[in-house]
Amino acid sequence: MVGMEDVIPSQIHKGSFMKKIEHKIIREWCKGCGICVEFCPKKVLQLDDEEKVVVRYPEKCTGCRVCEYRCPDLAIEVLVEKEDEKQAA
Amino acid sequence: MGYSIKDYIRKRFFPHIWCPGCGHGIILNNMLRAIAELGISKNEIVMVSGIGCSSRISGYVDFHSLHTLHGRALAFATGVKLSRPNLYVIVPMGDGDALAIGGNHFIHACRRNIDLTAIVMNNRIYGMTGGQFSPLSGKEIKATTAPYSNVDPSFDTVNLAIAAGATFVARTTTYHFNEIKEYIKKAITHKGFSVVEILTQCPTHFGRRNNLGGPVDMLKFFRDNTALLGSKKIKQNPDLIPRGIFVEKQLPEYTEEYERIKKRVKQK
Amino acid sequence: MKNKQLKFMQGNEVCAEAALYAGLEFFAGYPITPSSEILEYMAKRLPELGGCFIQMEDEIASMCAIIGASLTGRKSMTATSGPGFSLMQEALGFAIMAEIPCVVVDIQRFGPSTGLPTQGAQQDVYQARWGRHGDHSIIVLTASNHQDVFYITVDAFNLSETYRVPVILLFDEIIAHLREKVIFPEPGEIPVIERLRTSVPEGVDYHPYLPREDGRLPMSDFGGKHRYNVTGLFHDMWGFPTTDPKIVHGLLHHLVDKIEVNVNDIARTKEYYLDDAEVILISYGSSARTALHTVRSKRRKGERWGLLELNTLWPFPRSIVREKCEDADYIFVVEMNMGQTVNEVKKCVDYPERVYLVNRVDGIFITPTDVKNITRLIMGRGV
Repeated sequence: MVGMEDVIPSQIHKGSFMKKIEHKIIREWCKGCGICVEFCPKKVLQLDDEEKVVVRYPEKCTGCRVCEYRCPDLAIEVLVEKEDEKQAA
Repeated sequence: MGYSIKDYIRKRFFPHIWCPGCGHGIILNNMLRAIAELGISKNEIVMVSGIGCSSRISGYVDFHSLHTLHGRALAFATGVKLSRPNLYVIVPMGDGDALAIGGNHFIHACRRNIDLTAIVMNNRIYGMTGGQFSPLSGKEIKATTAPYSNVDPSFDTVNLAIAAGATFVARTTTYHFNEIKEYIKKAITHKGFSVVEILTQCPTHFGRRNNLGGPVDMLKFFRDNTALLGSKKIKQNPDLIPRGIFVEKQLPEYTEEYERIKKRVKQK
Repeated sequence: MKNKQLKFMQGNEVCAEAALYAGLEFFAGYPITPSSEILEYMAKRLPELGGCFIQMEDEIASMCAIIGASLTGRKSMTATSGPGFSLMQEALGFAIMAEIPCVVVDIQRFGPSTGLPTQGAQQDVYQARWGRHGDHSIIVLTASNHQDVFYITVDAFNLSETYRVPVILLFDEIIAHLREKVIFPEPGEIPVIERLRTSVPEGVDYHPYLPREDGRLPMSDFGGKHRYNVTGLFHDMWGFPTTDPKIVHGLLHHLVDKIEVNVNDIARTKEYYLDDAEVILISYGSSARTALHTVRSKRRKGERWGLLELNTLWPFPRSIVREKCEDADYIFVVEMNMGQTVNEVKKCVDYPERVYLVNRVDGIFITPTDVKNITRLIMGRGV
């Protein structure tokens, strides 16, 4: 059974628009179709040697979530938290 | 948005059965976004599917799920909806499922204007059985049962649904994920029979056999060969496949009309 | 008798009224002779009672719709005749596999194919039993008079709910269109079994396909607090598809055994003059009326004839038939087909060579004279 423990460690970083962005990728669900890699406007993602998606250039990510919405395997989730929201909290 | 579509799936069945790059997963993804944004309770949703690659979608969602017979999903769904009109009944179907073996049920559900949401996942092929042509494949297409190219003309799902009386009819593609979400949201909230046709890629059987490349190339095809209704792009090139909402109108809905009859009869 | 409701009605209407007595709330159907009166009756009565009626685009859709409605917790039924019954077989198989209670009325007409639409027959005995592909079991009931049509129709719903299996009411055109006296029971007078619903509370893991100790499967309505999967694929106790050989084996045996093990509980038969009978007629449906008439006239002449009328056709009441036929010299199976039930009788009696078919297959109702002539020939008494 696949649980959230299979999520690879998320990467926390600041994107170009001062957002806190976290990529949650369920490696086991990814089938390596390459759709996310191709259509990422900033070319943040890559397929590794095992044909699984990895976040290669996290600092380039704008948090647009196109990879998440177009993933046929529901393997990517992009958590975007705006800086000012954080401050408000 | 403060939701995760993971709350709407049965995680233990993932990774799912579909091939790498199959568009059906993109439809599942954005259909769940639509449902999450509408905030409908999972207990109020019944998902009814038929047979084929598309039909497996109902097993992955954490709703009441009914995986039925090839082509008959709408007939089962009609029974569910008429019996319990308060439920949201969503019916994802493949192209062969909806329009070949299920074609008669499809046009009659349109005609009744019963409040179901039909999602036609159109990959122009029978994938589960190995790549035979469907009524949406179209001429010149190659399939295992059309090895020398297909002589069968195809249906236009949108025109068929409109002619048969559906009161919400939309079309988009798996490239246009936000349109999937928005159209399905509108279709679910629309009172009456709604049809959302989503062009989706089958890289394994349709793409490969017709030299269309992999899933990425097929998505680019959808991007480059379709255009929104009324857009400049489609005016300049009318041969593009139109996307958008073709019909959205209010007409008497079947279960409401039947409830009215029941009230009238009881008053006597 | 004062409070009872005495009626003079058509068999189809009696069947419809009995279904409502049993708690029918949903009917879907498609017109076909000679069952259309049930459809018409439901169209009128169901909305009056707050139920739902829908005329679907064909028999396939009708069968599917009643399965969908049954899943939401409503007792459901459809009615048809031979050609339409053929179209329903695939969805009937689904209801068997997914264990969804529902009742299907097949008013038999003369076939094959379009055949003689307005003339009676009893040719669907095997179709009712074996119309679907794959191993399975099913319950098939019938009746020969309107009072029994009422009781057996209520029974059909009760058995369907108890065993979670579609039940087929195999009437024929003659019973369906005959008008005769019937007394409707008062509400509560005959038992009506309600759907067994799960007591598992919300949030606790509910196993829709895990039988209780008594073999029954409590249901949860679609739209209710438990979300589960229903499929025609082999499935585990949650209803999810599986190919695990152990689970597949177990489920197939469950589907067959739940019926076959309870054959005596499901068996309904009627006996007339069997105690000392040397000649036994076995019959069902409209031809049992002819058989009973024949037996009575033989008895008046002092001949020891008896009748075993079958109200349950499937699972075939083997032990009852065997026991009743033990001492008979002749066993005549009276039916309006080229030999269907007769084969089952031969399979279960001690002396199959004493079993003969007495039939008529020209679209005309078999008469007592036919039975007398055919049995005389068989018994070597000339015509």
